[in-house]
Amino acid sequence: MTGLLEAQGISVRYGSLAALDGVDLRIHDGQRHALIGPNGAGKTTLLNVLGGSTRPQRGTVRFDGRDVGRLGPAARARRGINRIHQRPAVFPTLTATENVVVAALPRVIPSRRWRPGGRRHAAQRLAGPLLDQMGLTAVAAVPAGHLAHGQRRQLEIAMALAGRPRLLLLDEPAAGLSAIEVGRLVELLQALPRAVAVLLVEHRLDLVYALSDTVTVLRDGQRLAAGTPDEIRTSPLVRQAYADGVA
Amino acid sequence: MRGEVIRRVRGGIAALVLVGLVVAPWVVDDYTTAILARTLALALVGVSVALLTGVAGMPTLGQTAPYAAGAYACAVVGSRVSDVGVVQLVVAAAAGALLAALTVPLVVHARGVIVLMITLAIGELVVIVLGRWRSVTGGTDGLAGIPAVRPFWGLPALANDQARYLYALVVVATLVGAVLVLLRTRAGLVLRAGRDDETRLRASGHRVALHLSGAHIAAGAIAGAAGSLLVVAQQYISPADFGFDTSALLLLGVVIGGTASVGGALVGAALVIAVRDWLFGVLPGHAPLVLGALFVATVYLLPTGVNRARGRLRPPGAPALQPEQPAAHDQATVAELHR
Ligand SMILES: Nc1ncnc2c1ncn2[C@@H]1O[C@H](COP(=O)(O)OP(=O)(O)O)[C@@H](O)[C@H]1O
Ligand SMILES: [Mg+2]
Repeated sequence: MTGLLEAQGISVRYGSLAALDGVDLRIHDGQRHALIGPNGAGKTTLLNVLGGSTRPQRGTVRFDGRDVGRLGPAARARRGINRIHQRPAVFPTLTATENVVVAALPRVIPSRRWRPGGRRHAAQRLAGPLLDQMGLTAVAAVPAGHLAHGQRRQLEIAMALAGRPRLLLLDEPAAGLSAIEVGRLVELLQALPRAVAVLLVEHRLDLVYALSDTVTVLRDGQRLAAGTPDEIRTSPLVRQAYADGVA
Repeated sequence: MRGEVIRRVRGGIAALVLVGLVVAPWVVDDYTTAILARTLALALVGVSVALLTGVAGMPTLGQTAPYAAGAYACAVVGSRVSDVGVVQLVVAAAAGALLAALTVPLVVHARGVIVLMITLAIGELVVIVLGRWRSVTGGTDGLAGIPAVRPFWGLPALANDQARYLYALVVVATLVGAVLVLLRTRAGLVLRAGRDDETRLRASGHRVALHLSGAHIAAGAIAGAAGSLLVVAQQYISPADFGFDTSALLLLGVVIGGTASVGGALVGAALVIAVRDWLFGVLPGHAPLVLGALFVATVYLLPTGVNRARGRLRPPGAPALQPEQPAAHDQATVAELHR
């Protein structure tokens, strides 16, 4: 069985520091894959490489059977790799609804193909339910720059989903969320269609165990271990790594 | 509720201004009417500057280039081919768009102050070409004696300043209306998103360079059309009409008007040009100084202007400005575009 995404031998160096050192990662269709590891392990760097915003010095990335190593973030997003960032990235002067509409436009299927405004109309229809799912209906008309941190985070998730992703890259989506918001996030991720694969970077191991079926552990830019949540939970290697330094 | 009141007041002011503009040629003398017609043309260039600077996030000092291309194309066509206004407008807009298209590779990959420098160079280059290419442009003497325009086939030629002014007014109103409609479509939405955060826009799968190219070419077409109005207003053009001072004044007017607002750009550009023309008579030689002072005052008195300019003029690669609590007037400008 070949993966939806296959990264092989990924190495990224910043000066003398090896942020990633020959990392392999395979994600299957619909898989819920968690990426854990201490601070500075290279998790965000790996998401950057998969999303196309960082070029690795070595290694290949294949998505859906094709080499996407030369594609930038926009081209990868159009193929279905969508990303949410460690710091929520939204369009501050656009309303929440407009943010989702903009994110939906590149992959939306126009409802009235040959009529002017067809794509916008279709994107608009997508936005309402997504904002509702994220509990943002009340602030749909508020400029995103005025939203609280947690709301921006949720807006960014709505935006990622609006892009009809086949692979969602989530960088610490629960950071800065309230308990209620985290609960909503977990429900939402659990309710994602099986066709959407998820790569989740998360510090909170309870969320990792609740949301993932596979866990990869990174440390110092190398893959330390990979397995089911149960295997990882009981692995002495991982316990050791976490004992050495985790936020 | 307050927004509603502001909207009403603003609508009322706009209506009053429009009525004033229509009756103006019967109130002032012919000379002033001709100056007003030229100011309308420049205000339309100002709209194209606002489209690039405020909406697309590409501050420009080079819109005199497509403006000149449109004006000269119109003058040549008007003298040798057709005196029909619609024809001249289309040719001028096409010439402006073509020039903008040719310069797309130079501008869409640059950001902030670099764009200012590149567009400034393009504008200056065009002025040099206009001065040298005598056989077509008449060199520094320019082109004179361009026949009066007739708006449409079968209509009489516009023989006096009032008629030419009204023609310019109708064209400007139509094109500004078209721009406002365009900004409400998905193209306008995506441009505003890109101004907020280009990297984010790319992460959603948008072809940012393509959007910016489209905006640049559209702004070129508008400036080109404005060029044909200059020809109608003056029946004479020379490279002096397209100098750096004009670009700088237009950018100043647009900043005063609030960069992202089309109405603001019209008013700001018209105001600055009017002040220049007036000061030129009252304080010969000192106009640049007064305008410079006005610019400094604007930057300090209107935080909107500063904030937006700061966001616009960020160095390449720097993250977009993400204020935790944007100022209230920021919101007003945004709300304005939504209507
Ligand atoms: N742009 C960069 N320049 C220099 N060093 C970087 C850069 N990005 C990340 N690093 C370094 O690479 C290592 C991995 O970082 P990162 O991928 O952000 O870790 P994680 O997300 O697992 O906490 C860290 O030591 C970090 O300091
Ligand atoms: Mg990180």
